[in-house]
Amino acid sequence: MKKLAKSPWLLHYDASSCNGCDIEVLACTTPKYDIERFGIINTGDPFQADILLITGGVNSQCEQVVKQLYEQMPNPKVVVAVGICACTGGVFKDCYNIKGGIDTVIPVDVYVPGCAARPQAIIDGVVKALEILEEKRQGYREHAGKGES
Amino acid sequence: MMPVLSVLAYLLLAPLVGGLLDGLDRRVSARMQGRQGPPMLQPFYDIKKLFTKQMIAVNSVQMLLNLSYLVFLAVAGSMLFAGADILMCLFILSTADMFLVMAASSDSSPFSTLGAGREMIQMMAYEPLTLLMAVGFYLATGSFHVGDIIRQPHSAVLVMPGFLLGFIFITAIKLRKSPFDLSTSHHAHQEMVKGITTEMAGPTLAVMNVAEYYEMVLMLGIVALFFLNEHWWSWPIAIVACLVVYLLEILWDNAAARVKWRTLLDSCWVATLLTGGLNGLILMLVR
Repeated sequence: MKKLAKSPWLLHYDASSCNGCDIEVLACTTPKYDIERFGIINTGDPFQADILLITGGVNSQCEQVVKQLYEQMPNPKVVVAVGICACTGGVFKDCYNIKGGIDTVIPVDVYVPGCAARPQAIIDGVVKALEILEEKRQGYREHAGKGES
Repeated sequence: MMPVLSVLAYLLLAPLVGGLLDGLDRRVSARMQGRQGPPMLQPFYDIKKLFTKQMIAVNSVQMLLNLSYLVFLAVAGSMLFAGADILMCLFILSTADMFLVMAASSDSSPFSTLGAGREMIQMMAYEPLTLLMAVGFYLATGSFHVGDIIRQPHSAVLVMPGFLLGFIFITAIKLRKSPFDLSTSHHAHQEMVKGITTEMAGPTLAVMNVAEYYEMVLMLGIVALFFLNEHWWSWPIAIVACLVVYLLEILWDNAAARVKWRTLLDSCWVATLLTGGLNGLILMLVR
C-alpha cells in the first residue's frame, strides 16, 4: 500500500441520517472492529481529513454544510456515502425536504448500501476508497508537477 | 567534539526517536483500551502522507510561524544536548511555544483562537515549575550548566525528587496528554474540533508534528538530567527512567478525563508549590 493508503484520516458527517448508520460508523472505532489497525483516524477536522464519510440524504438545510466541508478538505480526497439514504435518498427520497443522495451535491466515489450499513461494509467501503484515493494522489501529483514547470 | 556530536545526533535522531515513541504510545494506548492498534511506524506514514497533501494556506504566515516553532524547539533541544545553560534552554522552549500560539491565532477559525488562548494558560501553568527546576539544579549541583550537572558524583534526583515529581506532572501538559490536553488533543473529538491545529492542513501540520517530536525528546532529556552522574551506569538508568516516565504519561492519558482550564491552573500551581517549592526550600535550608 502507498503513502495515503497507509494513513487515511476520516471525517464523519451526518447529513440527515436517522443516526442508525452513525452508530455503525462509531462501532468501527470500538475494540471489536478497531479501524485504527489500518492507521485510520476518525478526525473531526476537514482540513486534516482524506476521506469524507457521509450518512443520510441531503436536505436544503445541510446542503451548504456538505459543500463547505468538501471544499475545506485538501486534495487528494474521496467521498464515501454510507447507508442507502446517502446513496439515493432511501425511503425519504420523495420527501419535500430531501434533495436525494449525497451525489446530488458533491461527487461521490464509493457507495456503501445498507439500512443501517454494517461495520464490515463500512470498512470494506473505506478500503475501496483507499484505492481511488491512491489513483487520485497520482493524478494530483502529475497535475501539481505541471503547475510548477 | 562531544557536544557537536550529541547536538548532531539530537537534530538527526530526535524526529525518529519521537516518532517511534509516538508509535509505541498509540499501540500501548490501544492495548489499554482492548484494541490492537496501528503499526509502530504509523506516525511516519502519517507524516509522509501529510507532506504529499495539498497545502491549504489559510494565510501567508502560518507556515513560517510553524517553521519557527520547529527551529526554536530544535535550538532549545540542541542547547540541552550540547551541555549548555539549562535556563537558556528553558527560555528558548517558551519562545518556541509563543510561535505556536501566534501560528494558531493567525487564522480566522474560532476553535483555533480558543486553542491559542488555552495554550497560553497551559504555559502559565507549567512555566513556574520549569524555572524553579532550573534553580533546583543550581542548588543541588552548584551550576546551571548541563555539562556540569551530569558530571556530579551523585544523581541530582537524590536531593531533588520533588522536582522530578513536579516535572512528570507538567510533562503531561507539554506532551498534550489527558487530563491536560486542553489546547489540542492527539485523540479525535476534542470539544473544539482540533484546537490550535484546526486550520493546519497537510505540510503545515506535518511541520508541527515533527516539532512535537523534538519537544518530546527534549522533555525526556530533562528527565534523564535528573538521573545522570559521572558514572557510566547512570546512562542506562536514565534511559530506563525516561521510558518509565513516558509509560506513566500514557497510563495517565488513558485513565483521566480532560479537565477545565481552571482546574489545570490550580492543580498545576499547587503541585508546583508542593513539589518544587518544598523541595527547593529544603535544598536552600540544608545547603
